[in-house]
Amino acid sequence: MAKRSNEPFLWALFSSGGMVAALLIPILLFLYGLAFPLGWLAAPSYHSTLALVRHPLTRLVLFVTCSLPLFHWAHRFRFTLYDGLQIKHLNEVIIVCCYGGAIVGTALAGYILWNLP
Amino acid sequence: MKETPSYTEYHPRWYRARVSTYWWTRQWSYLKFILRELSSLSVAYFVVLTLLELRALSQGEASYAEFQEWLQTPLAIALNTVSLCFVLFHTITWFNLAPKAIPVRVRGKRVPDLLVAAPNYVAWLVISAAVTWLILGGR
Repeated sequence: MAKRSNEPFLWALFSSGGMVAALLIPILLFLYGLAFPLGWLAAPSYHSTLALVRHPLTRLVLFVTCSLPLFHWAHRFRFTLYDGLQIKHLNEVIIVCCYGGAIVGTALAGYILWNLP
Repeated sequence: MKETPSYTEYHPRWYRARVSTYWWTRQWSYLKFILRELSSLSVAYFVVLTLLELRALSQGEASYAEFQEWLQTPLAIALNTVSLCFVLFHTITWFNLAPKAIPVRVRGKRVPDLLVAAPNYVAWLVISAAVTWLILGGR
């Protein structure tokens, strides 16, 4: 029997991550990366932010918002290096770095969100 | 292929045109493709930023304030501005892929691409408004 490809699984992670990234990242990056630091909008206090983030549903959403987009990055960046820069001889290293990075990031997100005060 | 190819006078050669490493700079549509693919770097940057923010939040009020100060530095503002542009590029190109992936037909007629992509944009607006309301209303 031919070895089954794990490409469909990776592609599913890529595409769901792309959707999560498309829907959630622009507004979050705009608010926390520009609007609050530049004072366009009054930033919420430390305690209200912590209260919001501590909610189980927020933790779950944040976990998904960190994990799936990382797998989206891993898949897309892997093929950018492959097609764009044509560094095919480093394929194994690239695969380990990309998906490995996504797995490490997912673990970190889980650890931080689980251990919130 | 055999391990030791036997000698033939006219050995077949595959014709592979050499493609330059910088093939994507030749044409605007190729460049747009590579820029779209590179938007994934901004997605990864956002996750790193979020993890740092969450770590600061879990370490207490002082480190959270320190991180907010770093976010005000010109470097952080520049990184976030560039990343936001790339992420928006990702969002728009991603949503516009929907009609290409699923060509919807009603009574044998193809529904215009804009109509197929529209639900994505509606969902984006609703989610963005809900997130803003949640974050600002939590004060």
